[in-house]
Amino acid sequence: MNDLLNLLIGLAMGLNLVALGTSRLPSLIRVAALQGMMLGIMPLVIEHEWRVMVLVIAVATVIMKGIVIPALLHRAMRTANIDRDLNPLIGFLPSLLLGAAGMIGAVVLASWLPLLPEHRESLLVAGSLASVFTGLLLLIGRSKAISQVCGYLILENGIYLFGLLLIHSTPLLVEGGILLDLTVAVFVTGIIVDRIQRAFDSLDTRRLTVLRE
Amino acid sequence: MTSILEFIARLAVWLLLAPLLPGIINKVKAWVAGRRGPPVLQLYYDLARLWRKGVVLSTLASPGFIAGPAVAWVAVLAAAMLLPLGPLGASLSFRGDVILLIYLLALARFCTAWAALETGSAFEGMGAAREVSYAVLAEAAVITAVLTLSMQSGSLVLSAMLAPSAGTGAVLLAVGLFIVLLAENCRVPFDDPNTHLELTMIHEVMVLDHSGPPFAAVLHGAAMKLLLFSILLVQAVLPVGKLPAAAAAGALVAGVLGVTVGIGFVESLLARAAFRRVPLLLTTAFLLCLFALLVAWKGGAA
Repeated sequence: MNDLLNLLIGLAMGLNLVALGTSRLPSLIRVAALQGMMLGIMPLVIEHEWRVMVLVIAVATVIMKGIVIPALLHRAMRTANIDRDLNPLIGFLPSLLLGAAGMIGAVVLASWLPLLPEHRESLLVAGSLASVFTGLLLLIGRSKAISQVCGYLILENGIYLFGLLLIHSTPLLVEGGILLDLTVAVFVTGIIVDRIQRAFDSLDTRRLTVLRE
Repeated sequence: MTSILEFIARLAVWLLLAPLLPGIINKVKAWVAGRRGPPVLQLYYDLARLWRKGVVLSTLASPGFIAGPAVAWVAVLAAAMLLPLGPLGASLSFRGDVILLIYLLALARFCTAWAALETGSAFEGMGAAREVSYAVLAEAAVITAVLTLSMQSGSLVLSAMLAPSAGTGAVLLAVGLFIVLLAENCRVPFDDPNTHLELTMIHEVMVLDHSGPPFAAVLHGAAMKLLLFSILLVQAVLPVGKLPAAAAAGALVAGVLGVTVGIGFVESLLARAAFRRVPLLLTTAFLLCLFALLVAWKGGAA
């Protein structure tokens, strides 16, 4: 069980790097979706007996993060007619190297933290810290609003991973609530992106600092 | 006496089998594209033809223009002699031979670049600059991969390092080394071996002004380098040392063929990456090898 979980987390950590290295908006959205789906299956891997609630949450996460949210983002991208290039503030190479350094740092930090014995062997904490760091890096380093949403999604994936540590004690209803919030947030961003595009003729968030009448 | 005979046989295998690989790659590419393609032995014919031809020498060129390809060819051959061939082992094996292998490959590259600069052509200088600047990144990946292998086996001898498989990190290492193989041998995502447009070439542009036997040495050296990297990749990933001798030899041959066909498919299915993406790809290879190292280190600690 732990091996399978670690494999999934390892793949998710690999996707973090893909997200940092990709130069196209659609592939960034796909990466975020794939990672979300991967995290969606994890409760099924962790739980020994499958309760109905776990199954519901897993299926809902996979559908929301893997299908609904990417569809919303794709739609926002199409309607706002954005060109697909990401214009990075932090270049792809530096952000890839920073991400890798962050990943190694996360593994080292996770081995220092006083974890429960059953979490010692798993990559959960390391993966979560690495994803949060990647999300932050994407939020800081990419200038388009939609790519920042993807950064936010990856950051949330990291927090979700951390939440999996407590899967036996948190009510899964909380997870359900977070998922709903996330979907609404992306939905709203989709609308905002359209408005930004109409008002500024660009999705570069740097222009939003320019005030005008 | 037998050891000398064995050495000669090994030399013959490396010299004679190497030009087969580019032929197989071209055949796979032709097959994917639905063409008949050149014969598998085309490179042998090319080498024989080049060998009979004369050499055109620039008035600017010093003897280094001839010496460069010759030294590079000998360096690659020496590196090949250090590499163990599955159950046969290496013809020469000592502590730290892996470092010599890396340096021999670097020497070969230096000599090719040097010979390119000898011509005084701006294009070849550009090619040499590109080749060397990408090599910096590719070598970082190779050294990390070697570090991973030596950490896993706790040894600095190639035959001991390559005997066990790379364990959990094998997949990472395989992908990383494959990318390095493509970069080092100027295959498609990095360089197009078919193009003859000076502005986009990397390796090919360096050897534009070579002709006759020195050019044959360059081509044959490139084929040997391809064989060397495929064997290194296969042995790093498959547990060749743990199988019985016949199975190990079979696995090695099958692995090298698989890598070759894989290169053919990559070349058919991918377009060349833009120049600014190349460092990104090579950094990815470096990171993959770095994570394999991390896995080896964590696995060793646990």
